[in-house]
Amino acid sequence: MTPTAEPIIQARAIEKFYGPPEARIQVLAATDLAVYPGEILALLGPSGSGKSTMLRMLSGLAPPSSGQVLWHGQPVAGPCENVSIVFQSFALFPWLTVLDNVEAPLKARGVARTERMKRALRILDSVGLDGFEQAYPKELSGGMKQRVGFARALVVEPEVLFMDEPFSALDVLTAENLRSELLELWDGKKMPTRAVFIVTHNIEEAVTLADRVVVLGKNPGHVRTDFRVAMPRPRDHQDPPFLEAVNYIYRVLTQPDLVPTPQPEHEAAPAAGAARAKYPMVPHARPGGIAGLLELLVDREGRDGIHHLADDLAFEIDDLLPIVEAASLLGYIHVKEGDAEITPEGKRFAEAGILRRKELFRVAAERVPLIRQINRALASKADHSMPADFFHDLLDEHFSEEETERQLETAVNWGRYAELFDRDSSGRFFIPEETPQPAGDEVGSH
Amino acid sequence: MAFPQLGRSLMRERSWSVLVDLLVFAAILAGIYAVLATVKYWMGVVTPAAHISRSPAALPAYAFYSLVRMAVAYVLSLVFAVAYGYIAANNRRVEMVMIAVLDILQSIPVLSFLPSVMLAMVALFPTRQLGVELGSIVLIFTGQVWNMAFSFYSSLKSIPRELREAALINRFSATQRFVELELPFGTIGLVWNSIVSVAGGWFFLMACEMFVLGNHDFRLPGLGSYLQTASSAGDTAGILWGLTAMIAVIVLIDQLVWRPAIAWSDKFKMEQVESAAEVTSPILHLLRNSDVSRWVEKRAVEPLWERLTTSPPRVVSAPAARKKNRGRVVGVVLLLALAVAVPYLLVKAALLLKGLPSAELLATLEAAAASFGRVAASLGIASLWAIPAGVAIGFNPRLSKVAQPLAQIAASVPATALFPVVLLGLVRLGGGLGVGSIILMLLGTQWYILFNVIAGAMAIPTELREAASVFRFTRWQRWRTLILPGIFPYLVTGLVTASGGAWNASIVAEYFHFQGKTMSTLGLGAQISAATDSGNSQLLLVSTIVMAMLVVCVNRLVWRPLYRLAGSRYRLDS
Repeated sequence: MTPTAEPIIQARAIEKFYGPPEARIQVLAATDLAVYPGEILALLGPSGSGKSTMLRMLSGLAPPSSGQVLWHGQPVAGPCENVSIVFQSFALFPWLTVLDNVEAPLKARGVARTERMKRALRILDSVGLDGFEQAYPKELSGGMKQRVGFARALVVEPEVLFMDEPFSALDVLTAENLRSELLELWDGKKMPTRAVFIVTHNIEEAVTLADRVVVLGKNPGHVRTDFRVAMPRPRDHQDPPFLEAVNYIYRVLTQPDLVPTPQPEHEAAPAAGAARAKYPMVPHARPGGIAGLLELLVDREGRDGIHHLADDLAFEIDDLLPIVEAASLLGYIHVKEGDAEITPEGKRFAEAGILRRKELFRVAAERVPLIRQINRALASKADHSMPADFFHDLLDEHFSEEETERQLETAVNWGRYAELFDRDSSGRFFIPEETPQPAGDEVGSH
Repeated sequence: MAFPQLGRSLMRERSWSVLVDLLVFAAILAGIYAVLATVKYWMGVVTPAAHISRSPAALPAYAFYSLVRMAVAYVLSLVFAVAYGYIAANNRRVEMVMIAVLDILQSIPVLSFLPSVMLAMVALFPTRQLGVELGSIVLIFTGQVWNMAFSFYSSLKSIPRELREAALINRFSATQRFVELELPFGTIGLVWNSIVSVAGGWFFLMACEMFVLGNHDFRLPGLGSYLQTASSAGDTAGILWGLTAMIAVIVLIDQLVWRPAIAWSDKFKMEQVESAAEVTSPILHLLRNSDVSRWVEKRAVEPLWERLTTSPPRVVSAPAARKKNRGRVVGVVLLLALAVAVPYLLVKAALLLKGLPSAELLATLEAAAASFGRVAASLGIASLWAIPAGVAIGFNPRLSKVAQPLAQIAASVPATALFPVVLLGLVRLGGGLGVGSIILMLLGTQWYILFNVIAGAMAIPTELREAASVFRFTRWQRWRTLILPGIFPYLVTGLVTASGGAWNASIVAEYFHFQGKTMSTLGLGAQISAATDSGNSQLLLVSTIVMAMLVVCVNRLVWRPLYRLAGSRYRLDS
């Protein structure tokens, strides 16, 4: 586990773009990353930071748009010979039995029949699937399915085991159980695998498993921090160093502008290459969710750790972050040192009734560029209606097709709540909402 | 034996199994004889216009000949569909062209292929019966292959990304990927489309077995020509005999082939949990438990599977270079072939069309309008009765238990076979073919609407229906706010299929040989049929182009927007 060891996989300035060349969208800025023998490396980051893209480039599934991936110093040009992936959705072949699923990769490598069966049965035994050889995946529970996923990945004795959010489709207890079994195999040297690369959005999972944690930022994806977790396993979730590591990652994730302080032990290249001028994203949160967060903060004297909030709500960081970002964008909270602190505007909003909230939200939403733009465009048109394609074109210079759709979706959600605008019944035009004008006494009465 | 009970239960299973084995053996023997007889007949001297007997005693042989034609055409379709879908889905370079071609071919009616196909096949084997037979088989093939190819293509395109990646990262060979991922994933779609396609094959059997081409008379022994001969002679008893034989064959195939196939294909479902409702097939159960099939599986299927899925031993080496060349070569060759063929054919077609008098062109457009009206009318009438009936059946489980099997049998009877009976009635009532052909189209298309509406009504959640009763919706309100939006996506699917069927049916419905005369009415279908009969390739080409254009335009302008609407607004899931 010496940092001076030769890396197994080394990525040099890999970048990824999607879309046609003239309107390409950068998913990942030029990044260096290496996987060393003997380590479990966890890759964390908010959604849209290119975690999965990174995994696919390192494993050779997808070529980088530029830069190079080296495998023992040799350039990679296809799926690497000796790696496996455990998938989030298990990706088992439903028409093959458990045994056939596990044998399939061995068949592809031309292993003779008897040898193949022996190896498959041995590995199934070691993941606790003895007796399920002839079952079909659909007859198994989620946890059992992922055990098959592990067996299929481990049966080829991969040098590097890749895992793409392997536990996120499972319930909490099952995931916990599988994690500790994985660690048992790894720490007991019961698998010949030399390195594990796990993509996750669960911070505690990363700190529980990994020897090294890499956190990505987004727009475009880049390495924010890269540090070692030097605690013996199994790790106690209540240990101060454990909590410190978790809190540190929370701080990095919740403050996109923060430059992380601890010194990474492997030098991680800062995101190179000037990305295009960034268009501020609308965080994908619902107004109801924002209100919920503010109410919770009011109950806690206006300030609480984001980690603590997520824990109490049993939220993954991916689910909570957009709400926090949205509240902060609207000026309802300040995020400081991993803590969220409610502002006077936020407090006013949290304590208002429903109609008053809509009014306050209408004012606050003016701070959001996309909402402001839609509003202005609608106000300036004589017929007060604007094709959705107009905003679509505006956004798709900055976002992928999918993200553009989501941005507009969220904007409409906010616009509806604020009674500012909506889509018409065909969904192809934006139209102003018929707001009850304050001329009447209706608003005053509430 | 210590456990006599166990012994007895084993015995019973044994005797069951022996019976099945005998049946399977008998079937194999019959199959071998059938192949020999067919080969002898095909290799015999050509008799393009066979004498068609109207005696019921000839029916088993005719049914056999038709069945062989259908089977061969189906196997050809299956192979072609899988190959075409596979190439289109795996070669980005040719994909767009191949799918556009498929879209257009799908809209060309069967009869328009007739002259070229027939002449080519007869030219290939001028002295053997094989030539004529192949012509008929290829005609049936053109009627059923396209939707199967489409289905396989779209199945391949919708394979979940992670499954594809699992195959990629585990370095499956192309064959292993095909038999363990792509083929299984496409199987369910292929099975259902096969059923629809073969039903379409029966529909056009009459047209494909007996036709006039210029001054050549083609008549092949088979159920289709039997029915046509009987109806030409106005022989009601003959028509009924022929119909009975055809329905018997169709029901038999449904039980012996399609039900087992559906039950078997259940294991290829992508669902993650086991579903409660399952199609069962006693035949499949018997087959699975017979010694013969076990022997075949152990000796033939398993070794073959092993050969296909296992790669040659390989040492772990440096990462291989990405292979790109093969696809590119195929693409370039195909493009080159197209680059030569398309302009040549275009020039030929233009030369052919140049001589067409403008009066005929005008007449074609008029005919197109007439057929268009008929298609619309038949869809309208079908919707009028099928929507209320379908909703009633779908909402009432007891009614649906009785009505659904009946409707399925009714739907499996090819409408063309009923034409003579309906025509007899029409002629007695003094109605002309102009209106009569709408009824004939209706016969073929109403079922698609009915079945889809039933499925849609069943998919409306009970809670929504309960909400409607709790809030005391009026009948009109119920239909407008609950039922119509609820069944909308299904209704659109039904209408699309029905409209395709109606256009195809126009060819056989608007032009009919009956009681020694030719009955026809103004219409595009009639024009295509007449042009085929008289060997007027100019007119045939023009009418085919017009029809294909109409169908493609209606698809683009009407059905696709409706599909989109159904997919975005009227969805009950999520």
